[in-house]
This record gives sequence, structure tokens and C-alpha cells, in this order.
Amino acid sequence: MDKLVAQYSRPQHQNELYSEQEQQDLSQTLPPLSLKFSLPPVDNRASFLRAMTDDHSNPSCPIKLAHGTTTLAFRFQGGIIVCTDSRATAGNWIASQTVKKVIPVSRLSRGEDKPSNDPTPGLLGTMAGGAADCQYWLRYLSQQCTLHEIRHKRRITVAAASKILANLTYAYKGYGLSMGTMLCGVTPQEGPALYYIDSDGTRLPGNLFCVGSGQTFAYGVLDSNYRYDLSEEEALALGRRAILAAMHRDAYSGGFINCYHVKEEGWVHHGFDDMNPIFWKTKLDHGEFSNVTSEL
Amino acid sequence: MTSIMGHPAGGEGIGYSFSQPTAANVKQHGFYPYTDNGGSTLGITGSDFAILAGDTRSTSGYNINSRMVPKVFKIGGEDETGEGAQIVLSVVGFAADGDALRERLDAMVKMYKYKHGKPMSVSACAQRLSTILYEKRFFPYYVHAILGGLDEEGKGALYSYDPVGSYEREQCRAAGAAASLIMPFLDNQVNFKNQYIPGSGEGHALEAKKAEPLPQATVEALVRDAFSSAVERHIEVGDHLQVMIITRAGIQEVFHPLKKD
Repeated sequence: MDKLVAQYSRPQHQNELYSEQEQQDLSQTLPPLSLKFSLPPVDNRASFLRAMTDDHSNPSCPIKLAHGTTTLAFRFQGGIIVCTDSRATAGNWIASQTVKKVIPVSRLSRGEDKPSNDPTPGLLGTMAGGAADCQYWLRYLSQQCTLHEIRHKRRITVAAASKILANLTYAYKGYGLSMGTMLCGVTPQEGPALYYIDSDGTRLPGNLFCVGSGQTFAYGVLDSNYRYDLSEEEALALGRRAILAAMHRDAYSGGFINCYHVKEEGWVHHGFDDMNPIFWKTKLDHGEFSNVTSEL
Repeated sequence: MTSIMGHPAGGEGIGYSFSQPTAANVKQHGFYPYTDNGGSTLGITGSDFAILAGDTRSTSGYNINSRMVPKVFKIGGEDETGEGAQIVLSVVGFAADGDALRERLDAMVKMYKYKHGKPMSVSACAQRLSTILYEKRFFPYYVHAILGGLDEEGKGALYSYDPVGSYEREQCRAAGAAASLIMPFLDNQVNFKNQYIPGSGEGHALEAKKAEPLPQATVEALVRDAFSSAVERHIEVGDHLQVMIITRAGIQEVFHPLKKD
């Protein structure tokens, strides 16, 4: 009997540690960069892709991809404010005026925007550049963040999440990806954290970023009125005002103003509002945009 | 100098009568794998239905190659007829890419049904289509896809895509050659853009008319009007209008004549 028991039971300590295979699985957070993407049968793939899809260098390119944006995010005493416009352009054609350029990252199942005042835990990513690149890779990042959460039994830090994305864009450097994204979140380890990542492989932490074709206009408003000790109301108003300025001067930005506030408990959505009534209210009630006539 | 393997070590050949090609002076000339086959597609949703439509003309340059090449397909049906399908895909752009895409998505949706023993939801199918398109990010499908069906609540669902898979759920969308002619009409008639409630205010205080789901008969009329108008002003649109109406009862397919010139 004892012999049988000895044969079929294992010493207690064997179950305490991870097996070699498990250790390897855990340390390899990222799968090796797969080339499952189909590639054109030509020598210079980048120039082929540019000839087919790059509207800027070749205005008569056959495949018009959705582009163009103003997005901004900044840290302040109450957390992080994220604001975007909602226009997508393909060449001169406005492909959509209702794009959701703020994408919830991590917690795949809770990705939907339901109108709720309760904060939703997780990070937020913004979308500038190629719409498909941002949507696809931020979804991929969500998957990695959720796996991280399951493996390590705690939420991923913004630093780590942004590094996953930056390593990814760096690995695909030269392939023709186009994305400029900001990752925001509040974690116990970091507090409110904001990172800028783009398709060149750049990854920068910071307090304030504007990204996209309308970035300069947004910076102009934001830089002149930004203070760290802004109240929540003031911060949201400033974010909206900066986006409005960009929508007004940048032809590639427009549509609706989308606002989010990232707090310790998670992010809260603060509206997806048509810019037109906001513009006229800003002009008529506050006397701004005096370059525009209000006569009908 | 000779190498041990018997191959010439340097750049000197073995003495072929033809010049040996080297990688350096091979020049690849224009690689243009796409053709625009023209045509247009359109989708509109209501509270309990979705309608997808497309013309059936197939062009190449200024030539009309066929007057009956459908652009709207049932996805995940039992057999070739698409019996039992609950999702509809329309593709416009390069027809060969469109067919390839349709076949891939159809296979995916069927595999899903066999694996999970239930039909794929439209939202799941929409996400899958996005990743299928993105897999060819560096050699894109030259297509604008629109996916339609009914969501989990039975409401009409419509998803529109760019060639590499960015997607969005919308109330209405026109794609293809006449998109720029049809889409502004849809903005005004479906989403009531630039329509205001008369007498609701003066000047800038005028209240905008709220968009609400339209009844099926209205939408069917809008679709036919949109296409008959597009035919008048676009050379690549015409011949027949194929309409798929997705309701809880199933998918109804109808053809209407369009001008043949």
C-alpha cells in the first residue's frame, strides 16, 4: 500500500513552484512577432504600400485609408482629461463624422460605451493616424493587458502597457504603420500616468500631449490656459475648448467633441457632443471667435 | 580561384551563353494588382430591420463588362443559396478581392457555427471581418465592405469598414463609386442633418431635428431613390438594383431595374 501511495503521490514542494514550461510561458509575455500578415510579391514592399495607400505622397492612390485627427490628453490634480474630435478623412472625402477615437484598453468585455456615471476600470488609448492601425493594435494591447491581469493577478501599469505597444510599433518600423496614440490610466504604482507612443517607435511619458493634424491649434489653446491645479469642470472645459479651436482651423478635424476623465477608480465618459452648437455658444456667450460673423 | 564546392567563388560565371541575372540589376516594373470594378453599395438600418443594397453593373475603365454581378452576399448560410443566413455582406471596389473576402468570411462564420453549435452574432462577425481585412494590412483588399444583420436585441445593425479593417457601427452608409453622391442624401434623410424644427427658435437658437429609426417602407423608398439618382450622375452605376432586407423572418432578396445606359 505504502509503495502504491509513494508511486502515485508527489512530494508537496513539487506543486509549489511553476514548472519550467510555465515559467517560460510567464516570462514570454509577448508571442514572437509573427508574420501572419500577407505581403505583396514585390521587392520593395514599403514603396508598393505607399504607392497604393499614401494619399499624402500620391494624391491619386487607389486605396484611401481613413486618417486625420485632433486628440489631446493632459494630467491635472484630478486625474487625466482625454478629448478628441470625431472626423475620419480619406483624401478630401470625409469618411465619417462619428468616429470613436478614444478606445478603452484592457477589460475586453467592458469595452462598450454605455452611458454610465460609474467609472469603468482600465486604461484609455487614443486614435490618431491610420484608423485601422489604431483599432487593431489597441485591441491587441487590450488582449495583452487582460492576459497580464490574469497572469499577475493585478492590473498592468501604464508604463508596461505603453512599452508593449512601443516595442510592437518599433518591430514593425518601416512596414508603413501609421499611428500616434496616447495611453492614459491611473494605477496604484504610478498614480495618473500618460504616455505618447507612435509608429516610429517613440514612447514618451508626459503631462500634456496633443496628437494629429490639428495638434498645433490644440497646443495653442491648451498651453496658454493649462495649470496643474485646474478643477475638474475647468479641465473638461479647457479640453473641449482646445479641440474646438482645432476643429475650427484644421480641415481634417471636426464632427463631435468626445470627452473622458480618467480617475483613480477608472474612466468616466463626459459626452459626445456636436461641435456646431458648442461653437456658436462659445462665440455668442463668451465673445470668442470674433473673426467669425454671426449674422445670418 | 576555385572553391571546394566546385562552384565559381567570385562573380565570374561558368560560361553560360546568356548573361546571368543578378539581384542588383533586376528591375521590377509596375506591380498593379488592382482594378476598380465600379458600382455602389448602400446600407440603412431601422428598429427591427437592416437593408443592404447594391447595383449589379461591373465595369473596368469605361467598359461595362457585365450587367449582372451582384455585390451583396448572404454570409453563413446552409448552401449556395444562402438559405438560413442571418448576416449580409456587401463589398464594392475590386470584385476579385471582394469575392475572396466574402469566401473567407463565409467560411469563418460556418466554422463558428459547427464549432459552437450556434450562429455567430453580428457583433462577433463584425470584429472577425475587421481582423480578416487587417491581416492584409500590407497588401490590402481593395474593397469597401458593409456588414448588416440584426443585433442581440433584434435591432438593425450595420457596420462599415475601410480597406484595412477600421470599422464602426452606423445607422446608414454608402460606399463605392457613388458614395459621394449618395452619402450626403442619406445624412439629410436618415440622420436629419441640417434639418431644424420650424418655429423652435430664431437664428442660432433654432433646434435641430432629432434622428429616429425610420419605418421599413420609408427606407426601401430611400434606397431606390438614392440609386435611381446616382445612376443619373455616375457612369459606373446602373443596370439593376439588388436589395437584401434582413428581418427576424429571414433575408428577402429583391431586384429592381435601373437604367441601362
